Order: sequence, then C-alpha cells, then structure tokens
Amino acid sequence: MSVPPDIEVDAALFEFALRLGDSALVLGQRISAWTGHAPVVEEDLALTNVALDLVGQARLWLTLAGDVEGAGRDEDRLAYYRDASEYRNVLLVERPNGNFADTIVRQFLFDTWHFYLLQRLGSSNDERVAGIAQKSVREVAYHVRRSGDWVVRLGDGTDLSRTRVQAALDELWPYTGELFAPDDIDRAVAGRGIGCDLAALREPWLRHVDGILADATLARPKDGWMHSGGKSGRHTEQLGYLLAEMQSVRRSIPGDRW
Amino acid sequence: MSDAPGRASWPLWEVFVRSGHGLSHKHVGSLHASDADMAMQNARDVYTRRNEGTSVWVVKSSDVIASDPSERDMLFEPAHDKTYRHPTYYTVPEGVKHL
Repeated sequence: MSVPPDIEVDAALFEFALRLGDSALVLGQRISAWTGHAPVVEEDLALTNVALDLVGQARLWLTLAGDVEGAGRDEDRLAYYRDASEYRNVLLVERPNGNFADTIVRQFLFDTWHFYLLQRLGSSNDERVAGIAQKSVREVAYHVRRSGDWVVRLGDGTDLSRTRVQAALDELWPYTGELFAPDDIDRAVAGRGIGCDLAALREPWLRHVDGILADATLARPKDGWMHSGGKSGRHTEQLGYLLAEMQSVRRSIPGDRW
Repeated sequence: MSDAPGRASWPLWEVFVRSGHGLSHKHVGSLHASDADMAMQNARDVYTRRNEGTSVWVVKSSDVIASDPSERDMLFEPAHDKTYRHPTYYTVPEGVKHL
C-alpha cells in the first residue's frame, strides 16, 4: 500500500485516534440513554456496562489524540469543546436508539467491526495504539457475543421481534459501507503500520454477520448505496442533538469539578 | 419494567460467585433470564461488574431444594443444647495461630 506523501504522520494519527475515540464516545453516549429504560433490569445494567466500556475506551483514544496533536487539548477538551462538524465518528453510531431491536442491531454491526479492527490494531507498530487496542479488545469480545446473542433471540423470537429486527437491519445496513472504506488518513496510518487495511476487515466481518443472521433466520440486506462522511465531519442532524446534551453542563460551567 | 411483555415467563436463576481462588462460591442473589446462556451473561453484568469474581455459577431457582420453614424446629432445634459438639472445651496451646 502506498503512503500518501502529503499527510504528515502525527496529523494522520491525530485524525485516526479521533475517529476511534469519537465512535466509541458517541455510541457510549447513545446507549447510556437506555439507563433506566431497558426492557428488564438485567439488560439495563448490561447496556450500562457496555456504555461505560466504550466511554473508557474513548478517553484513552482522545487522550492519545491530544498528546499527538501537542496543542494542550486533553480528553475533556476534545470531548466537550468540539462541534458536530469536528467530530470524526462513523455515521452508524450516531443513529438514534429507536426501539430495542434498532439499538441491538446498531450495536451488533458496530461491535463486530470494532472487534476485528481492534484485534488488528493490537499488533500496531505504534505501541500506544497497540496498548489501547489490546486492552479494549477484551471488552469488545464480550460486547460482540452479547449483541450477537440478542440478534439471534430477537430474529428467531416472536413475529413482532423478528419484524422489528429485520426492519432495523434493513435501515442500518447502508451505514456499514463507511466502516470498510479507507480514505487518505486511513491509508496513511495503514501504510506506516500504525493502522490496518479497513477494506480487509469486511471479509471476516461479513462471515461473522452472516453466521449470526443465519441463526437468527434473518435476511442480509442487499448492498446498495452507502452513506458516508462521518469520518470527515459530515454528519446526520442527529449528532448535533446528542452533543448538545452531552456537552451542555461542561460548557455552561467550564472548568468546574463535581 | 415488571409489566413488560414476556417478563413473567422468564425463569428465575440463583447466582453464586467465587471471589477468589481457594474460596468457595457464595450466593449473591438472583436474576431473570430466558435460558442458561442469558443467565450467565446477566450474572456477569449484574453481579461481577465491580471486579467481584473469578468464577460464576447459575442455577435455576426451581432446581434448588429448600428446607421447609415449618420444619425448622425438628431439623435444627435438637442441635441447640448439644454444646459439646462445639470445639469450645479444648485448651488452645499457646502460639497456635489461625484457629
């Protein structure tokens, strides 16, 4: 793979760390909204655990991004003082929670990608990236199992749950293309052995997804036109509302502690 | 949450957590789950989230055979006046620890 010469390594790594951190943070924020609202108390706690794992991972990535940037921005500065156009998360994670099936399908599609990505980043030749990935992949291995189990339960469940989970799959599928479409930033970090080839993740991802969908008796949607833009800051309107809520306290009393 | 559809049909499970190597599993509580796999995952999420465990058992509550409270006197009362069954009449030699 050729390295685009015009992207300096730290600039690429900064963007790359933001993408990973922002995707984890936005999804963590999304599913934390289920706290107190999940169908059963056991699931309430389980979703909260996943949200906390993701926010914890986001802290590590954003701290790394701030260090690499060298402009004095720490994790909080990056999380609370960037607007939607400066966020670099994939579009999939900012989709609304919807019903429980929507949340589970979004989680399943992301978790599976996240797992294979972190697994590869575990052998990154940047030891900071490798360290965060190795720590995170143990958590994400559990996330994948949980969300996959739920897809099977809902798909192979009642008529209602099956209808809802298939609808969620059909709606969210066009957001999966972005996960595997490398741009110059991705190519710059992959070419230096810091990142990995995103396109190559699709094959193991699809194999796992197909296996779960078969068990769930669900139909995989056809690949058609795919949404993209999240990684370069072009987001759906949904992200603005999420950030407004997440950032409001910090921005109204800057620097306060509680 | 309790009136969610299907909630009533999920069986109850008892959860036992072993907090460290060499210790025995201890009953920590119960939860609802539709089957054993879900029970194990829920047990992990509900009862080991603060680093409590190294091993978890889940047992269907309906599989637990419990003593009948009305038979308590018959079962346990006779032991009360047999204090000689307690090792309290021994003189503990000096210097012996961990007794």
